Amino acid sequence: MAAPLLRWGCPGRRWALVWIDRGSRLRSRTPTLPTTERTRGQSSGTQQPLHTAQKSRKGEHKWAAVVGLEIHAQISSNSKLFSGSQVCFAAPPNSSVSFFDASLPGTLPVLNRRCVEAAVMTGLALNCHINKKSLFDRKHYFYADLPAGYQITQQRLPIAANGSLTYGVCIGKKQSQMAKTVRIKQIQLEQDSGKSLHDDLRSQTLIDLNRAGVGLLEVVLEPDLCCGEEAATAVRELQLILQALGTSQANMAEGQLRVDANISVHHPGETLGVRTEVKNLNSIRFLAKAIDYEIQRQINELENGGEILNETRSFDSKLGCTVPMRDKEGKQDYRFMPEPNLPPLVLYNSTSLPAHADIQQVVNIDQIRDMLPELPSTTRERLIQKYGILPEHSFTLLNEVGLLEFFENVIKETRAEPKKVTNWVLNNFLGYLKQQHLAVSESPVTPSALAELLNLLDSKTISSSAAKQVFEELWKGEGKTPAQIVSEQELELMQDQEALEQLCHAAMEGHPQVVIDVKEGNPKAINKLIGLVRKASLSRADPVLIKKILEKKLSS
Amino acid sequence: MWARVVRLRLHRALGRGCASEAGPREEVGCGRAAGEAGGYLQQALPETHAAQLATQGGGRVAADVIEHLERLALVDFGSREAVARLEKAIAFADRLRAVDTDGVEPMESVLEDRCLFLRSDNVAEGNCAEELLQNSHHVVEEYFVAPPGHISAKDGKQDPFPHS
Repeated sequence: MAAPLLRWGCPGRRWALVWIDRGSRLRSRTPTLPTTERTRGQSSGTQQPLHTAQKSRKGEHKWAAVVGLEIHAQISSNSKLFSGSQVCFAAPPNSSVSFFDASLPGTLPVLNRRCVEAAVMTGLALNCHINKKSLFDRKHYFYADLPAGYQITQQRLPIAANGSLTYGVCIGKKQSQMAKTVRIKQIQLEQDSGKSLHDDLRSQTLIDLNRAGVGLLEVVLEPDLCCGEEAATAVRELQLILQALGTSQANMAEGQLRVDANISVHHPGETLGVRTEVKNLNSIRFLAKAIDYEIQRQINELENGGEILNETRSFDSKLGCTVPMRDKEGKQDYRFMPEPNLPPLVLYNSTSLPAHADIQQVVNIDQIRDMLPELPSTTRERLIQKYGILPEHSFTLLNEVGLLEFFENVIKETRAEPKKVTNWVLNNFLGYLKQQHLAVSESPVTPSALAELLNLLDSKTISSSAAKQVFEELWKGEGKTPAQIVSEQELELMQDQEALEQLCHAAMEGHPQVVIDVKEGNPKAINKLIGLVRKASLSRADPVLIKKILEKKLSS
Repeated sequence: MWARVVRLRLHRALGRGCASEAGPREEVGCGRAAGEAGGYLQQALPETHAAQLATQGGGRVAADVIEHLERLALVDFGSREAVARLEKAIAFADRLRAVDTDGVEPMESVLEDRCLFLRSDNVAEGNCAEELLQNSHHVVEEYFVAPPGHISAKDGKQDPFPHS
């Protein structure tokens, strides 16, 4: 079977079709295709996936991978896209299904206003051009969970197009961020299908139509991504944006966010290779793994003289590999046609808004733009500006669910410096959470408790090592406050200056050799003295204060 | 619109079907021509006048095209007469091409002057599982029952996951 040739046409981008006479019959070429020149260099900083540099044992050209994503996000709304039945997770089978969802004859679609607003808001947040007029189409295929035999979608003229998604990729061990952008081809409204439960034992499929007709936002990304990590980061950023907008809860585990990846490999400068589609990716981690696996599989296959089939593959998370799902062989012909029951969807802005319009019946793009909440990228910037924290810390604060809220609650209740709070939240608090595989919501330490602890530290009531002890105690979740723990374990710093001076004096008397070392200018010797005093004080003395007293004594 | 419905894809579809039409008379839209191919555009082959190709110029529809149609639409062109009827229908629709539509915006919908009604986001339907399940002669615990996977009309070949 001749492998279909892919050409990516785009204004301002040209491709050269190079006939490579290689032993491995990579691709065929039909003579009717026009040939144009391709300029090197893809969009902002495409990185070669790490494995290519290592794996090119054959010593030939490097490989570049091209990844395009199709993301389906379930719209967060009360009712479905074209009917008034409820959208809810895990309802009894077929209990939130209307006559229209079941595709009973005589029913018609009625568009849900909330879904339109959600689509416009998402389009605006992703820098898309909002089409003032968009159209609905039918995409036909037969499957038991699609009772109508077609899905209503927006294939010809979607509601939004030509946007961009900016995400940050960590480079190097220092975790510094580099901003990358992936272009968004379009965003369209479409219906979700029902759920099929395959009962292989009894050779039947059980159909639950609760999900049938739920509104979806399909976000189609241009193939600007080149590896699993980029894809994972981009999807994560999209997830955060959708959650910030409230347009979708975007929970991958609950199926509210589904990602399909189209992957191909080629040598830079040559035409794109045959692509495969990978489905059944239900976590961001698996998304990255599956993409990287598939890239490597394709490279290995081609380097061994094989061919890549244009097929659909599924990711087996247990084995960590992609397996063929079905052979498409070009059989999918969806016979798109305009949806005859729906007029074009017309949107307005403040200038084009018709006078005396029923506000319930018009969607004003400008009004929605004014309602846009703060996006994750803006939040990160704001945190950096407001609290003086590093970009990677800002990134982590947003990346963990609930961590930002926790952080801000601590800040509210404590006098301590934001930098100190950041350090404690990101290192100590987050460290404990990760160690015990807990979410922020499951933390035994409340923001108030941490705030109190930091206040004690800030007022020099306790030393920093004592604070760590208190924190560990707090983590046991026995309900004690930091103040209680401090008094129980007698961790307060010594406030009595005289007693401290006596301890210092005693240490100096007891270790004359060390004193001589210090006087001779050995800088490390003083630390030994400080250590001795601390021990004598049962770790209840502030090392800084000790050092001051010692230095005063030694210089006299 | 009839012509478009009848139009067939004869070149190999890329990936997930490329059923949008490339042609000078179609409306301009962002992201139109790519179908759902995740960013990869379809090859820009010359516009396929599918009706002409289908009928091979002599008004006959090729056997493999019939087979393709049957698989897609789950119809059965059992007899030669049925195919002849199809060929007549195509020829009838083909007369549309006699009209010069250069520079004319196609009408996608007879409803184009109507306002699309927007419903407010309230739950007003559903909760009728019992009623709906009555339509199915075979149910299991409030689930509809379907045969396993996707069974093609003709050859009984099982394709477990034709979509998603």
